[in-house]
Amino acid sequence: MKDKLLIRDGRILDPCEGRDEVADLLVEGGRVSEIGHGIRADGAHVIDASGLLVVPGFVDIHVHLREPGREDKETIHTGTRSAAAGGFTTVCCMPNTEPTLDTGASVNYIRAVAARDGIVNVYPIAAVTRGRAGEEMAELGDLAYHGAIAYSDDGAPVRNAEIMRRALQYTAMLDKVIMNHSEVLELVGDGVAHHGEIAERLGLRTVPSAAESVCVARDIELADATGGHVHICHVSTARACELIADAKRRGVRVTAEVTPHHLVLTDEAIAEFDTMARVSPPLRSAEDRAALREALRDGTIDCVATDHAPHTDIEKDQPFDQAPPGMIGLDFAFALLYTELVQTGFMPLELLIRRMTCDPARILHLKAGRLREGDPADIAILDLNATTPVIRKRVFSKSFNTPFRGRTFNGAVAHTIVAGQPVYRTGEIIADVAVGG
Amino acid sequence: MSQPKEAPAQPGDHPVKQFEPVAPFERRHLLGIEPLSRAEIERIIHDTRGFKDVFTRSVKKLPTLQGKTVVNLFFENSTRTSTSFELAAKRLSADFSNFAVARSSVSKGESLLDTVKTIRALGADFIIMRHGSSGTPAMLAQQLPELSFINAGDGCHEHPTQALLDMYTILEKKGRIEGLTVAIVGDILHSRVARSNIFGLVKLGAKVRVIGPPTLIPSGIEKWGVEVFHRVREGLKGVDVVNVLRIQMERMKANLFPSIREYKLLYGINRDRLRVAKEDAILLHPGPVNRGLEVDQDVADGPQSCIEEQVTNGVATRMAVLYLLMGARAVDSDKKKGEA
Repeated sequence: MKDKLLIRDGRILDPCEGRDEVADLLVEGGRVSEIGHGIRADGAHVIDASGLLVVPGFVDIHVHLREPGREDKETIHTGTRSAAAGGFTTVCCMPNTEPTLDTGASVNYIRAVAARDGIVNVYPIAAVTRGRAGEEMAELGDLAYHGAIAYSDDGAPVRNAEIMRRALQYTAMLDKVIMNHSEVLELVGDGVAHHGEIAERLGLRTVPSAAESVCVARDIELADATGGHVHICHVSTARACELIADAKRRGVRVTAEVTPHHLVLTDEAIAEFDTMARVSPPLRSAEDRAALREALRDGTIDCVATDHAPHTDIEKDQPFDQAPPGMIGLDFAFALLYTELVQTGFMPLELLIRRMTCDPARILHLKAGRLREGDPADIAILDLNATTPVIRKRVFSKSFNTPFRGRTFNGAVAHTIVAGQPVYRTGEIIADVAVGG
Repeated sequence: MSQPKEAPAQPGDHPVKQFEPVAPFERRHLLGIEPLSRAEIERIIHDTRGFKDVFTRSVKKLPTLQGKTVVNLFFENSTRTSTSFELAAKRLSADFSNFAVARSSVSKGESLLDTVKTIRALGADFIIMRHGSSGTPAMLAQQLPELSFINAGDGCHEHPTQALLDMYTILEKKGRIEGLTVAIVGDILHSRVARSNIFGLVKLGAKVRVIGPPTLIPSGIEKWGVEVFHRVREGLKGVDVVNVLRIQMERMKANLFPSIREYKLLYGINRDRLRVAKEDAILLHPGPVNRGLEVDQDVADGPQSCIEEQVTNGVATRMAVLYLLMGARAVDSDKKKGEA
């Protein structure tokens, strides 16, 4: 690896720094050293970015890398390559592994494997409760000491309201966030699809919208009462958006994310019993989708997070209610949203980039998502004139569970650079040494 | 020639005459009623009549499926439906086998897809499938399209042959379906029989009502073209057909209604309630009947009840379905030969 990298003549778009200009960007020692015009750097590796868009590397605060325990679905090795292919330079991985990430040792394990196998920055999220069982608080302080970036029992909510209240009180002291999978499990029951006409026609058990909104209301009240910061994972309903907007107006410490699939798809996607479209929370109505888009645009929902959830073909080739929920998302999230939200005129490109860079970074206080001199050079270079086909050989996740199989989206990641090192270039991973950790 | 030749002739004055086929039947699978056109439903009902005639012959057998293999693959207990399919297949001279799920490798953790691939490798042409998960036959038909799948009940989704035999029974008894009012009473939410009946009856121009407590009615059901009643007397008023669904004890445990006793008090079909329907209304029930619960003993055995006839018509319906799917398979393989 050369010490110097010059990205020449790209349109540098950094919403965090308010920059949008054609310029050169020089990387030295893995950090952004200069942004300007006509930079000369003898001996530097040069990327000609003319006609391309240079943005901060994307940040995804909600992914499942499946390691340890389900390495058949994904590993830190494959998951970070999937991230790199999607222009993500930082990912935060959820603790619903086997075993659960609920001890300092397990958090250290993730960091060690990420340092060895990862090609993007990996921050582990630790469990709120031991074994994610919802009964006893995990050692939240020790977890933070060992590098947990936040807490979540994702896959399930923190079920017990009293434990949620105490955890919010306690984490306020640590200045950390609880990322809650906000659903009332009694209302979810054994439901597998949105409570609406389509699921009823298919004879599938349903999850009412209230399963989410009741829990979001609870979480907001508890955050308000304790001063803790609650982050609502993968918001799926219009009503939850209203509750969050209201809480933000009142100054409650609440933030929220939305997935690309909830922004793009509705429950129509399950109409042929497509198990690839089974997710938790379920894909909801067109009205919900419209509200989610509006909430992302107006900032009620702070950011996009993919909830990248790999599953094997064997698991997805099952009856709908037996196939595990979740879909992959890292590889093509940008192209999908660029096509569906920006090219349709719904939101400006600058806003989409913001929602995928500095906004998610801000929630977890990550030093990421911006191109400031002296910061680690985590960069994505995008080609808006190229396309991204969702085909097996272009997806670097170990799994290929996505209802977007076979589709082609506009916009593509041309280069991904982590700490100054190119790790991905159109269609291929070019770094096989670890740079993450 | 799109169909095998041995379809029996239709007698002249039967109501199925109004359903004379206008187009060839081109489906290899019967996954549900919802995907079928009105003409396809009418075609199956029309052909059912001819097969029912066979029952009155001294030799109740036709050579239609000679050399073909039909396998019953039932993941839920069923005696009536599986026997009905077995008899239908045997009366059409098919080789028939019941795949014993409980004793097979399924119980050893084999995946469903592998199980069905095994049955394919054993030489099956038709798989009659019942499964507790909605959409299972559709999923398999997509993965293994060279087989023919007949859905014998998938989760709460569809039970198409039950609806076809119900519609055939209505047609035989009432002389028509279009313009009739049919009330379906009970647990609509969990009933594949109700869904298939609703989709079919609405396509054939009947007015469909559903009767039950709000906890047992699917959300958005109005979009299917049915009218919802929560009070049984209002719902039964003036109807031509009452189709009573079996009530299942486990629904009570899920707090969808308070008790069996209360269900019977509110929705049980007794002689007094049946009186508000048309005088010549008929009573259907997919069986097995919980006598004295969803329907009283004297009503189930009364003159308006067609419950036994439904069972007889079930065999004829399933013969018609096998025959028509066989015809479509034959056309498919002719086409392939033509391409070769």
